Amino acid sequence: MTVCNSCRYCEGLCAVFPAMEMRRSFSDGDLNYLANLCHACGACYADCQFAPPHQFDVNLPKTLAIARAESYAAYAWPRACAGLFENNGVVIALIASLSVAAFIFGFSVFNEPRALHGIHTGPGAFYALMPHHAMAVLFSAALLYAILALVMGVRAFWRDIGEPVGMRADAPSLWQAIRDAGNLRYLDGGGVGCFNEDERPTDRRKIYHHLTFYGFLLCFAATCVATLYHFLLAREAPYAWWDLPVVLGTLGGIGLLIGPAGLLAANWRRDPDLADQARTGMDTAFILMLFLTSFSGIALLLLRDTAAMGPLLALHLGVVFALFITMPYGKFVHGLYRFVALVRYARERRMMGNT
Amino acid sequence: MVDLNRKFDVLVIGGGNAALCAAISARRAGASVLVLEGAPKFYRGGNTRHTRNMRCAHDAATGILTGPYPEQEFWEDLLLVTEGQTDEELARYMISESKDILNWIVEQGVRWQPSLGGTLSLGRTNSFFLGGGRAMLNALYLTAERLGVDILYEAEVLDLEVDNGMFLSAALKQGDGRAKVSAATLVAAAGGFEANIEWLKEYWGEAADNFLIRGTPYNRGSILKMLLGKGVQEVGDPTQCHAVAIDARAPKFDGGIITRHDSVVFGIVINKHAARFYDEGEDIWPKRYAIWGRLVAAQPDQIAYIIFDSTVVTSFMPTLFPPIAGATVAELAGKLELDPAALEKTVTDFNAAVRPCTFDHTILDDCRTEGLTPPKTHWARKIETPPYYAYPVRPGITFTYLGTRVNRQARMVMKDGKLSANMFAAGEIMAGNVLGKGYAAGIGMTIGSVFGRIAGREAAQHARN
Repeated sequence: MTVCNSCRYCEGLCAVFPAMEMRRSFSDGDLNYLANLCHACGACYADCQFAPPHQFDVNLPKTLAIARAESYAAYAWPRACAGLFENNGVVIALIASLSVAAFIFGFSVFNEPRALHGIHTGPGAFYALMPHHAMAVLFSAALLYAILALVMGVRAFWRDIGEPVGMRADAPSLWQAIRDAGNLRYLDGGGVGCFNEDERPTDRRKIYHHLTFYGFLLCFAATCVATLYHFLLAREAPYAWWDLPVVLGTLGGIGLLIGPAGLLAANWRRDPDLADQARTGMDTAFILMLFLTSFSGIALLLLRDTAAMGPLLALHLGVVFALFITMPYGKFVHGLYRFVALVRYARERRMMGNT
Repeated sequence: MVDLNRKFDVLVIGGGNAALCAAISARRAGASVLVLEGAPKFYRGGNTRHTRNMRCAHDAATGILTGPYPEQEFWEDLLLVTEGQTDEELARYMISESKDILNWIVEQGVRWQPSLGGTLSLGRTNSFFLGGGRAMLNALYLTAERLGVDILYEAEVLDLEVDNGMFLSAALKQGDGRAKVSAATLVAAAGGFEANIEWLKEYWGEAADNFLIRGTPYNRGSILKMLLGKGVQEVGDPTQCHAVAIDARAPKFDGGIITRHDSVVFGIVINKHAARFYDEGEDIWPKRYAIWGRLVAAQPDQIAYIIFDSTVVTSFMPTLFPPIAGATVAELAGKLELDPAALEKTVTDFNAAVRPCTFDHTILDDCRTEGLTPPKTHWARKIETPPYYAYPVRPGITFTYLGTRVNRQARMVMKDGKLSANMFAAGEIMAGNVLGKGYAAGIGMTIGSVFGRIAGREAAQHARN
């Protein structure tokens, strides 16, 4: 980064370089801030005259990718869970498998053996396999735990990077960061698109990420609407195909199938020089979890009137449960830390007086 | 795989801005084009790799340029830096053509951005490449590939077959063997000879061994030498090169922009005998920038040291190599392997000659020495607050001035004054026509793009006839 700060050719590519120029030396917090501000578009590698094989060996996307992954572990809460980021792919796969197995086992133990493979239809059909209050309590607990752990992580991150600025974010900076994150402003290689395989910007990661992110939001909205239906209107799932939770979930689910598939394909094609090779498992695990969530959800929708409903429900609930409890210990955190970094950046720019 | 048995309409030798502009412009005019880049793919583009902006005339402010830069002002700036060593007709033609280049280069995929931090003085006159010179090259190569231009890397040209000013074929190295490639026209855009130490020694003697080369080791001037040997008229002073003071710890080649130092005004500059040798406060950036390379080249062992103290350490851009520090002047001298007593005397004498003043590094201020030889005529402040710092510097060679003479069509002129039948030149290899001396930021890229575009167009037209 000493090279970067005395060169500055990349200044117009993204937020990382202007943020870097505001500093003459870098603390660990600064490094983690820059690492999470980086969207890994690869433009500064393709454009760098000092990239390998040049002897200066400048590879900012890779350097920041490694720092980013290390920052996830550094801010993990509770501290004992930081180790989950090591071999994250294996850890996530293990938790997901155990979770699915637990639901299948649970369904079998608490119901008659035939119920798992039976045909259940009409309102409350799902709750024949698992009582609604059990489902609600279990998933609320998982989600609340995830939120707690994520908040604690973000708090530690904000403290670490925001030290000279203070703890409060102001509204205009927040709004700027929401817009920058919402349209992935910095995942565009400075305008031409991202670099993934070589120096030609041909990558479609921005579109796939949009499908994934907004698909995820729609699915989450579907869950929220369904919860409100249940408690406020006393309308029980499953709902008809035209009903809001199903429409939202289906649209989101489709996005959450295509998006992760595209991202996974892009990851496979990525120039190994750009990636943190030791931790590709973390990316893959999170992408697969999202894919499995939507895949099992849509399969459940299509086959809910058949005997496959029971096993599929167990699979879907198992995957979602695993997704919830592993959120604070996987790639999911990238979104939060990057958003916080964008808030900090927007704030810095405002303080410098040049928004 | 490129078929070398076919005869191309246009053969472009070189792989930088000028070469790619020529290739794209020829291809857009309907010609078949082969580009021979002597460097491997990563090092493609010669000095363009290290550029970042271009100086173009424009009549009004644009999204990225803060104000108009009329042709006449451009011409006056050029006259100033070259001290008249320029071909007025060619230069004025280039300046008028530069206006359209601002748009044309964008159509070829290059993107502009406002001037970079620390370069505000260029915000009105110069357009900066988003992502720098390598980003510009990537865009041009991508466009050339899409248009169907054939490109070969590590294609070192060993010989040119030229008959009475008419280009016939080129012999190039292919693995262990040679291959011959024929074309109806030649565009030579292969740069200068700044990386050819042996050639530099012809003018600079053994001192050239201590020069550092700011660009790639592939700028060896072999095409220039062949063309001059085949009867092309030369232009520009062969003994001169653009040299700036760069960090002595920089690599021999390709250190690029990040090895330069612009801290001269904040301290004093001494040679290996710990003696000052030139007025450090003579002129403001960028004029002073280009003289220090030559000044250091004239010192024993081609080494000098910029000495300053802790009060100014954050006054200039952060540097790649940290300054060498010492708690006392003597300790610093020890680390630099200089005579401590001599350095202490130099600093003491300098401090004694500094007069009270109001320091302002943005103007020619009133901080000067009295009774000191050589004087420091501006920005002179005492060096007295430890720790003391030093940057060792050597001459860093950017480019050479010797080139091939061309006319408005970028067509080469032979020694007898006749025009070559089918040979054109663009970029640094002919820059001496316009820029016989000195330098103005971004003008090398202007020469490259303007004459590259012209050379490609003219070559394509000639090939069709």
